[in-house]
Parts: sequence; C-alpha cells; structure tokens
Amino acid sequence: MLMRMSKIVRFAADLLYPGILIFGLYVIMHGHLTPGGGFQGGAVIATAVALVAVAYSYDEVLAMVRKLRFIVQESGGLVLFLGIALAAVALGTTVFANYLANTGMLFGLAVPFGPNPGELNTGGVMPLMNIAVGLEVWGALALVVLYMLSGIREKEA
Amino acid sequence: MIPEFILSNAPALLIGVPLLGAFLSPLIGRLSRDARALWVLAIITLTTLIGYLVAFLAYTKGTLIYVFGAATPALSIPPDSGGIPIRIILTLDALSALMVIMTVTVGFSVIVYSLSSDSRRSGLEAYYTLFLLLIASVLGMFATGDLFNFFVFLEISSLAAAGLVAYKVEKGRAVEAGLKFLMVSAIGGVFFLLAIGILYGQYNALNIAMLAGMIQWTPLDKLALVLIIAALAAKCGSVPMHFWTPDAYSMAPAAVTAMLVVVSQASLYGLFRFCFTLYGLALTYGVIGWALIVLGVLSMVVGVTMAIPQKDIKRLMAYHSVSQTGYMLLGVGVGLAVLGDQALLGSFGITAMEGGIFHILNNALYKGLLFLTAGAIILRIGTSDMNRMGGLGHNMKWTMILFIIGALAIAGIPPFNGFASKFLIYESVFAFNPVLSIIAMVVSILTLASFVKVFHSVFMGPQLPEYADVSEAPGSMLIGMAILSGLVIITGLFPEFFVQHLIAPAAHALADPSGYLAAVLGGA
Amino acid sequence: MFLNLPLVVVVLLALIGIATILLKRNLVKIIFGVTILTSSVNLFLVTLAYREGGIAPIYTLAPADVMVLPTPHALTLTNIVIGVATTALMLSFAVIIHRRYGTVNIDEIRELRE
Repeated sequence: MLMRMSKIVRFAADLLYPGILIFGLYVIMHGHLTPGGGFQGGAVIATAVALVAVAYSYDEVLAMVRKLRFIVQESGGLVLFLGIALAAVALGTTVFANYLANTGMLFGLAVPFGPNPGELNTGGVMPLMNIAVGLEVWGALALVVLYMLSGIREKEA
Repeated sequence: MIPEFILSNAPALLIGVPLLGAFLSPLIGRLSRDARALWVLAIITLTTLIGYLVAFLAYTKGTLIYVFGAATPALSIPPDSGGIPIRIILTLDALSALMVIMTVTVGFSVIVYSLSSDSRRSGLEAYYTLFLLLIASVLGMFATGDLFNFFVFLEISSLAAAGLVAYKVEKGRAVEAGLKFLMVSAIGGVFFLLAIGILYGQYNALNIAMLAGMIQWTPLDKLALVLIIAALAAKCGSVPMHFWTPDAYSMAPAAVTAMLVVVSQASLYGLFRFCFTLYGLALTYGVIGWALIVLGVLSMVVGVTMAIPQKDIKRLMAYHSVSQTGYMLLGVGVGLAVLGDQALLGSFGITAMEGGIFHILNNALYKGLLFLTAGAIILRIGTSDMNRMGGLGHNMKWTMILFIIGALAIAGIPPFNGFASKFLIYESVFAFNPVLSIIAMVVSILTLASFVKVFHSVFMGPQLPEYADVSEAPGSMLIGMAILSGLVIITGLFPEFFVQHLIAPAAHALADPSGYLAAVLGGA
Repeated sequence: MFLNLPLVVVVLLALIGIATILLKRNLVKIIFGVTILTSSVNLFLVTLAYREGGIAPIYTLAPADVMVLPTPHALTLTNIVIGVATTALMLSFAVIIHRRYGTVNIDEIRELRE
C-alpha cells in the first residue's frame, strides 16, 4: 500500500490536485458569504495532500515536501490569527473586535441590507481570520496524515 | 504605573499571552533549545504577573467582566439587542480569582522545575507547546462566563493533557494511560455538550448569568444537571469514575502530573460554578448537596484504602489525590445541602464552603510539591518502585526536607496548611452530621500512616550500595519545589489572613450569586 | 411522529455509540463508538435550531423567508472540529499501542494493573 501506485493513478492525482486546491481556497475566501470558511476549506485542501500522499510512495512524498514547511505554515496561521485578534487592543477596542468592517479599508465595504448577491469586499476582519485558520488547518491536517503514514511505514520496515 | 491598555484588557491577556507563547514556541525552538527555554520562562512569568493583577482587580473592584468584540470591555448588553448579553463574556468573581492565583503559581513553579528535568529528552517542542496550551485552557476555564466557552476550554485541556500524559512512551504503558484518560475525557465532554444542548433548547441562552435568571426546575433541567455532575465528576477523578487517575498520574512526567492536579480541580470548579451560580436556589439543594457529600465520602474512603498497599510511589500519590478530592466535595457539598436555609448557612454552611475552597488551594500546593519530589527521586534513581528504594536521606537531603513538608501538610499536621483547611471542614461538617466528620478524621489518620510508610521506605535506613553516588536534584528542580513549599508554610502559619482576605469572599460569592448576575446583566 | 424523527434518531445513535463502547473488544471499534456518540450529539444540536418551514441562515441570494437559528450550527461546527482532533489523537495512540503491544484487543492491553 505504501509503494507507488500505477501511472494512471499518479497522473489522475496530479490532475486533481490543483482543482481541489482551487476549490478549497474558494471555500476559504468566501466564508463570510456562503457556507464554508477556514476549517472547512483547510480540510478540503488537506484531502488533496492525502490524495497525493496515497498515490505516491512515502519516500517520494517526503522528497516533494519537508514536514518543516507544514510546521511553519501551521504555526504561522495560528500566530496570524492571534495577531489580528490582539491588534484590536492597539486600536483601542477589545480583543477580537471587528475594526475593519464598514470603514472602507481592506474588506471594509458597507454590507448591503437583507438578501443580496453577496459582495466579497465586505466582512472586515473575518475573511482575514478565515485565511489564517485555513492555512493553519491545511498545515495541521497534512502533518497528521504524514505522521500517521510514517508510523505505519516504520512498522512495515 | 501600569499602562491603561493592560489594566482594561487584563482578562483577555490572561488567556491570550500563554496562547501566543504556545503558538510561537515551535518557531522559536527552531533557533536553539536555550532560546525556547528562555521564551517559555518569559511567557510564564508574564502570565503569572497578569494573573496576580487580574486577581487583585477582581478582589478589590468586585466581579470583573470583559466582553469580546465590543467597543469597550464592559459593554455587556449592546443598546440594540433588547437587553440580552449577546457576546462571549469573561466573568471573574472572587472564586475565579482565587483559582487563577492557584493556577499561575503552580504553573510557574512547574515550568521552572521542568526546565532542567527534561534536559535529556528529545521532541521537546511539542512538550512546551502542549504545556502552555494546557495552562491557557485551564485559565480560560476559570475566567469564562459562557457555557459553551467552558466546554471548548475543557476539551482543549483534555487533548493537551492526554498528549502530555503519553509523552514518555515507555514501551507503550504511558500511551495506554493517555488513551484511557482521553476516552474518559471525550465521553464526559460529549455528555456535557448534551446538557448544554438541552439548556439552550429550553432557554435560548448560553451565558451563565443570563441562564441563571431564567432557569426553573423542569424535568429537562434535572436531566441537564445530572449530566453536568456526571461529566465533571468523572473529569475530576472522584469515585466511581476514578479509574483513569492512577494510570494517568503515574505515567505522566512529574511536572505534568502536578499540573494535572490543577486540571482536575478546574472540573471541580466547574461543578461548583454550575451548581451554585447557574442553578442556585432553583435546585433541591438538600438532595443535590447530599449527592455531592456521598461522592465526597466515597472518594475519601476508597482513595485512601487503595493507596495503602501500593508499591509505586506515584500511583500511591495519585490515589491520595482522589482521597483529597473527596474532602473538597464533602466541604462544599455540606454548604450546598444547607444553601436555602439562611440560619444554618450562616452558622456552619459558609465555614464548610470556606474549608472546601481553602482545601482546593492547599491541595494544589502540597500535592504538586509531593509529585515534584517524587519526580526528582525517580530522575535520580531510575525506578519508581518503592521496594527497591532506600536510604536516600543520606544523598538527597533537600528533597527529603521538601518531601517531609508535603507529607505533613497532606496529613493535616499543624503548622502546615492542610491542618487549617481540614480543621474548618471538621468543625463545620460535625455540626451538620457527626458521622461524616469522624469518617474524615479517620481518613486523615490513614493518610498520615501511608505517608509515614513512604517516608520510611524511601528515605530512611542504611544507604544502599547501588545508590552510593546519587546526587541531589538539579538546581531548577529545587527552586520550583522550594516555591511551592514556601507557600505551603506561609499559608499554614497565617491561615487567618488567607481565609479572611481570599477565601471568605470566594465562599460568599459562591453562596450568593447576585453580585455575579448584576455585573453581567447590569452592565452598560 | 415525523417531526420528532430527528430526536428519535439522536437517541438511537447515542445508544448504538454507547453499546459499541461497552461491548466491543477491538480498540479501533471502541474509537468508532466514541465518534458515533459525538455525531449523535451534533445531530441533536442541529435539530434544536430548526424552525417550521425555515431556510438556511445565509443572506447571499436568499428568498424572503423564515430562517433557522444559526447559533447551534456554530456550536455543531466547533464540536466537529473537536471531534476530528480527538479522533486523530486516539487513533495515533492506537497505532503506537499496536506497535508496542502487538495487539489492539483491550483484554490484552492491561499492563497497568491494580
């Protein structure tokens, strides 16, 4: 099971990976308008990582990406999340306050009232936190998949 | 002198600083080991200072609230919400402040201790991350005033603690202990969430103060209370759900075990908070109080009788921890059993609750000290089997003195702090029901007997040849243990000061929740 | 009867979960039981949110109708994340136990005694 799969499977995984990546990033970015958000999008992208990890053998996956990259991504996402939350203290409001909404800065357009076609530029701090959580979940779940695969591999060897 | 933004945002910083420390330590650990050790020490010092500041503010200014995401920290009811507190609100009254003091003190001593004890282990970045996450989640459990937020912090602490218990894999035995611990915690958490769902479905509110104003004693509320008591009593290691306690406490590293005592007491705090503040006088206090008393007496008796024949030193101390939890349940249970009767409450109810709450503080201090000394002994000797130890008093003098302080404190000998809290429990429980008080005293005598046996077999006797070149415990371990033992001695020598200034406000805040409700619901 | 069907399913799933935890001998199946129990509580929380004839609480391209409550959906989502983390940790423990003990039968994983 940990040997590399046939050419067809590897080729299909190569084709599917960018598609799943794009869909996951779409789910993350539109979290404040449609169902989804940080965790859901991050989990979708982690599925893509698991797909590639299954199609190729474990040694080839390690040759493609080192675990350090995911560790940095996970910690970076968490620090970004807490940093955005604690930055509100420097601006005078409480922690986790939405200081970008309805102000005209990044993601700061005023939200139209009632049912509407959805404007991506709204939401304030929320899309930024969605991105932070999405990066973090992507890194964390990819690490879980890789560590569990390494655990099985050690036993087989 | 202290910047205004720290003073007004202190409750949120109390949780935010250790979280930030936990998230940044893998990145700082890539630089060097010493950088990470320095970073962790800086974070825990900062957390301790903020913890003392928050406790001081809560004691002097009354119940402290902090609203996440509002324009100002005290804006609990937004003007356009129709009188409903809609955001997550941190609420710290006197009892929460006391618990915060206990947590940061034990956390600081334990991190100073573990800076040297794990100097030879690998994979250390996960250890410090999980430890800081554990401290942050326990502080969050004490500070929050929202039911679902308490559940989230409870689950975070369960996961972090399970990872730490299984840290030294030890041929799989520590992982088995961690798995048992995680299984009990996960199932307890599921039942707790079921209770939250029932309460939300009935009253459409998650804030504790808001629910306390609306709650009645319908059959669904009874079901929710039973689920909450079952889940939290399982998490704090009281009989009959104590089976994870000896395994988890004995297999974890010593510093983690001292923190696990604080985690168990966080569940105990949750139990008291929900029985007294959430339900208050709506529940039939006689029946529920007696339920807590029965749990307490069972824990006391089963804990100490199972501790006597143990051969492993940390397993013995874990069973004693179960027994001490029984004292806390007994004290506060007596207070709950007379909650509606003002005359009885005034004569011995408040004293019983003071005894129980004081015992929570004292237990964290002396039990943490005992586990840390056991860890020092195991580090130097290499085994935790008491049959193979002996004559260590010749080599490890300081560890022996610190162990004596801890053992006398747990047995309730004056002038250490165990005596003060146990005396309060004895005299008030005797006025309630003499049989319970006599059971408590017998359990205390058996505790003393058990620890005399431990002291004799570990430290006394001729020096064994294989332990001839055992040296004293490392410096930072001694400093960590000395901090806890110093506090044990101080709280034992001046119990009146601590009871009057720290414990009595906490007991009164628990018995009378009107201050808590007024701070949240009357806010503007 | 039809309107109470989700609550009946909640109780059924909870009983199946508890029965699995108590009666099965294989560690992985016991972990499945914990996951089933968590799913039943998630279904219970989502059921609490329902209002008669309501639509999903999303403002984007929504018809003008009664919306179901969104707060229990947030609670359920948080619980799903907690469940993922708990299941991942329990399964990692099971992998290590299998590697060290050679078995996942809980009758034989009893090194810690008394």
